[in-house]
Amino acid sequence: MQGNEACAYAAVVAGCRFFAGYPITPSSEIFEVMARELPRVGGVCIQMEDEIASIMAAIGASWAGLKSMTATSGPGIALMAEAVGYAAMTETPLVIVDVQRAGPATGVPTKPSQGDIMEIRWLSNGDYEIVAMYPWSVQEVVDLTIRAFNLAEEFRVPTILLMDGTLAHLHEKVAIPSEDDVRLVNRPKPSSPPEEYMPYKPSSYLVPPMASFGDGYRTRCEGLAHDYQGMPTSSPDVYEELVRRLCDKIRLNSHRIAQLKYYFLDDAEVAILAYGTMARIMYAAIRELRDEGERIGLIRPITIWPLPEELSDLMSEMKKVLVVEMNYGQLVREIERLTDRKRVVFCPWLRLEFPCLEEAKAMIRRHLHAG
Amino acid sequence: MRGKQHPLDDYIRYWMLPTIWCPGCGNGIVLQALARALKELGLRKEEVVLVCGIGCSGRMAMYLDVDTAHTLHGRAIPFAIGVKLAKPHLKVIVVGGDGDLMAIGCSHLIHAARRNVEITTIMINNGVYAMTGGQVAPTTPHGVKTTTTPYGNLEEPFNAVSLMATSGAVYVARWTVAHPIQLKESIKKAMLKEGFSFIEVISTCPTMYGKFIGLNDPASMIRHLKKISIIKSHVDPSKAIIDWNNLIVCGEFIDREREGFTRRIRRCVNEARGADRR
Repeated sequence: MQGNEACAYAAVVAGCRFFAGYPITPSSEIFEVMARELPRVGGVCIQMEDEIASIMAAIGASWAGLKSMTATSGPGIALMAEAVGYAAMTETPLVIVDVQRAGPATGVPTKPSQGDIMEIRWLSNGDYEIVAMYPWSVQEVVDLTIRAFNLAEEFRVPTILLMDGTLAHLHEKVAIPSEDDVRLVNRPKPSSPPEEYMPYKPSSYLVPPMASFGDGYRTRCEGLAHDYQGMPTSSPDVYEELVRRLCDKIRLNSHRIAQLKYYFLDDAEVAILAYGTMARIMYAAIRELRDEGERIGLIRPITIWPLPEELSDLMSEMKKVLVVEMNYGQLVREIERLTDRKRVVFCPWLRLEFPCLEEAKAMIRRHLHAG
Repeated sequence: MRGKQHPLDDYIRYWMLPTIWCPGCGNGIVLQALARALKELGLRKEEVVLVCGIGCSGRMAMYLDVDTAHTLHGRAIPFAIGVKLAKPHLKVIVVGGDGDLMAIGCSHLIHAARRNVEITTIMINNGVYAMTGGQVAPTTPHGVKTTTTPYGNLEEPFNAVSLMATSGAVYVARWTVAHPIQLKESIKKAMLKEGFSFIEVISTCPTMYGKFIGLNDPASMIRHLKKISIIKSHVDPSKAIIDWNNLIVCGEFIDREREGFTRRIRRCVNEARGADRR
């Protein structure tokens, strides 16, 4: 099946029972499969009047206790920006799928891109962290969709699954696990009685237990800066503690969240750093170039946000790091911050289709032997 | 420790009082009518959710002692839809201002009425953006000078009653804050309807609106509302005139039956599951 379908089936396995969406290429099949599958498991799928309403409905359903999701593409993500900040501020478990297409604006709807890397990171005003992951195969779409729900629940954070138009429509064999075969995580629940419950009082790992609407806790979903009770405040002390915690619950737990994989680095002098579909093409090209005697390897961040801390160490061993992205320079700036800037070479690809094997090899060769 | 109790203490977070609202603001009257309605309906606090937008009225989410959400500007209704669809047994109420529901959130309001989601929406209409300092709203009458219409408002206001009647709401009423008893009874009735119910409450904002129309103090605003409002239920909603100078028609304009959205969802789920079993 294709990436979009796999994402939807995996979401149902992960326990998703609410989906609200608005049609947009190239993500619509996720919505279509959810519309068919969710009623079969007692869930709800609804088409809203726009992307803002979609994400707000998903946030509302999450506060009423359901694992919730929405899916869109870059222009829809742009409309969701304020609400992502709201989800971060209210610590709402939520999964957002972004199937990237060429931008800016309406761009080229049917063509893939990796142009939303910074968009998803910096959606809202203010300081907060999100989690974002980018698979490179349809099977990994399944695995990371399930993981996205688990992380969203465990850390009460909006979690973004990135795809692109190519991966979304790539047909591959996949194994969709049954619910019994996967580890599912549910949001932390309060153990205190309702009279003592404080909706934003953090636990030991900085994430507050979450009561749902209707549980009898008379909880508060509050987008203003708030104290432990969820009441608005403009106290500098309370504000600083809140904002630090919204960031630190991800930063200080990033060793449990961040993932990367690397290939052929043992003897490599040069590393290609790529992610998602581009990483998969680079992998194929690297294998062939190694047969030709090039000492190159691949570093593939799977979580884009937060970026894995090991990246620094891995890159420090390399003479050169070629960052290959299907955009005009997004993650590369972050990579430059993590290593000696002189080591980093940026290889943008803006051709509306991912490079074929020969094009990928030619691009690597060109940069390997340049000055 | 508190001494004497107020009869509504159980529904109000009295420890949050006093409210942030200005003297003479109508929001407190609406809050009290809402709390009394809940009490008289005998609803347990656990079965009620209040969802508010942004603006002065949005602060109601701090004061009613139920599960509450203080959402984004204009986005209370889609949030409330998510809550209602996820837990249909909950009674979901939206309170928002005229800027919140008629401007930035207007499409959500219309679509919620069209879908007939079982939500009661109370729109507190003070004719102006009050929290931000008195800017023109889509409910401000033609000609009124506000901070963003220094030469007078060039536009015509919405008639929310007429809009909601056309959009499919099953219950549409209008009151002013000078009609607290009727308002309370109307809220009770609205909350028992199957579907989307809408109540417009014409409210007093002496601070940010009264000053623009020559009614600078709370008492003169209330007196003015009493003078110009008439109760004329079940007239054609297009004739539910709202004219701050001469006439505000109050009453119930729509009270009809239509299948609620969550009932349809329940049937859809049953059919989808039944098909799987066969």
